[in-house]
Amino acid sequence: MNATALPEQLAAEAPPGIPVVQALAAEKVYPNGTRALDPVDLSIRAGEFVTLLGPSGCGKSTLLKMVAGLLQPSYGRLRWWGGGFDEVRGEGRRLDFVFQDATLMPWARVDRNVRLPLDLAGVAPGAAQPRVDSALDLVGLKGFGRHYPRELSGGMQMRVSIARALVNEPDLLLMDEPFGALDEITRNRLDADLIRLWWARKLTVIFVTHSIYEAVFLSTRVVVMAARPGRVFREVVIDEPHPRTDAFRVTQSFARYCRELTELLMEASAAGDTSA
Amino acid sequence: MTPLARNPKFARIAAPLMVGVLVIVVWHALVTLLKVPQYLVPGPVSVARTLVTDWGLLSSSLLVTLKITFLAFACAVVLGTTIAFLFVQSRWIEVSFFPYAVLMQVTPVVAIAPLIIIWVKNPTIALTICATLVALFPIISNTTLGLRSVNPGLLSLFRMNRATRMQTLLRLRIPSALPYFFGGLRISSGLALIGAVVAEFVAGTGGTGAGLAYQILQAGFQLNIPRLFAALLLITVTGVLLFALMVWLSRLFLGTWHDSEMVQEG
Repeated sequence: MNATALPEQLAAEAPPGIPVVQALAAEKVYPNGTRALDPVDLSIRAGEFVTLLGPSGCGKSTLLKMVAGLLQPSYGRLRWWGGGFDEVRGEGRRLDFVFQDATLMPWARVDRNVRLPLDLAGVAPGAAQPRVDSALDLVGLKGFGRHYPRELSGGMQMRVSIARALVNEPDLLLMDEPFGALDEITRNRLDADLIRLWWARKLTVIFVTHSIYEAVFLSTRVVVMAARPGRVFREVVIDEPHPRTDAFRVTQSFARYCRELTELLMEASAAGDTSA
Repeated sequence: MTPLARNPKFARIAAPLMVGVLVIVVWHALVTLLKVPQYLVPGPVSVARTLVTDWGLLSSSLLVTLKITFLAFACAVVLGTTIAFLFVQSRWIEVSFFPYAVLMQVTPVVAIAPLIIIWVKNPTIALTICATLVALFPIISNTTLGLRSVNPGLLSLFRMNRATRMQTLLRLRIPSALPYFFGGLRISSGLALIGAVVAEFVAGTGGTGAGLAYQILQAGFQLNIPRLFAALLLITVTGVLLFALMVWLSRLFLGTWHDSEMVQEG
């Protein structure tokens, strides 16, 4: 699976086509009047790796949950492949979500956990098992199928969670700070594996994080968000070749992107303070 | 000897056993040294002898009490889980009926037992109803709590995968509820026994259907204190065995994955 991919330069040069997700002035106001998210216009194309970056309270998780269909926008709307949520799901489009913690079923072995989306879709166990095995193989957990989640480290549990999201070959993968609870070394390793997977499987990913380094390392595009009220502040295209490896982390351009995003975040929080 | 003493499993069994032996020895010594009369405090030897000589009487009473305990416990489990499932179907059902479940719990069984005994002719059924009332609440409240204590992330995941209500119940809610359910079982099994004994005290049914409570009452009237002690001992041992059975069941079902069963190994 390692970078055998023939780099047909994707995303930026790819023909526009229908966006995978489009937010059209989507905003979220809670019944108690809390403004979680100002109207957002955002369009994500197939093959992109888009990161939502911002401090807590900037509405990045809210936006992701709206994309996942777990939250309804208060005003405005979202389109998936140019259609409504249920409509495109009915056509067989797949969205999968990776949460902040692994959210595994503690009573089920690893392979049963990974198989869950297939079980719920009514795939026969015999047909599901090879797909489970290959998903576990993809995340580097070959041979761990018979373990219980509690027997695995936090990083490994997160890998199981990613395998579960990949088992159904998602058209769109949503990740809500998936590595936020891990130590930095483990996080870097998982980031490197994730970007390789994204490249090899031609995934479309929306990734939420508050780590600037993670955003620069992973993304084709970073959406910088600001808090109080939550809103999209700026977008930065990370114009660096793929597949990226850890060597990218020590380059001049990596540092330059990090500085640019840091400055944008400071600017965003200053702008928030004056308007508050 | 030393490695055995360091073994935590051995310690868990041996330590309480040694306390028990010590208590019996001290009890025996005090009773013989102070020449305490039989009708006040019988010694352990005399209790053991009564247990053997009166075994015919006591064992049939034990069977009666056990029968009512298990009937009541089974009713409580079936009823309790059914009610809990109804409660989690809708907030309205729970809000409307939960106060009455509490009402049932806080009403002392001795206070309503006479009524039930008047209403229900068959003494076995009457006693079973009383004991069920005592044992029911922990099952309802624990199972309801368990069915609601679902990891919200997993619930979202099920929703995103368009799981049906039945799939969510079978694959998520019921397994999540199991640890709570077994917690309820432990409390409830003991309560079923207590309920069975207390109800019989109130009912005072004698004859062929006499349980251990009746033997205690009779032995008290006749100042047959060794028999009273023997009956008491049988009730206590039954309670401990019931509890152990529940612990074993819970380990059987949760042992491989649940934290509560893991830490005990340490």
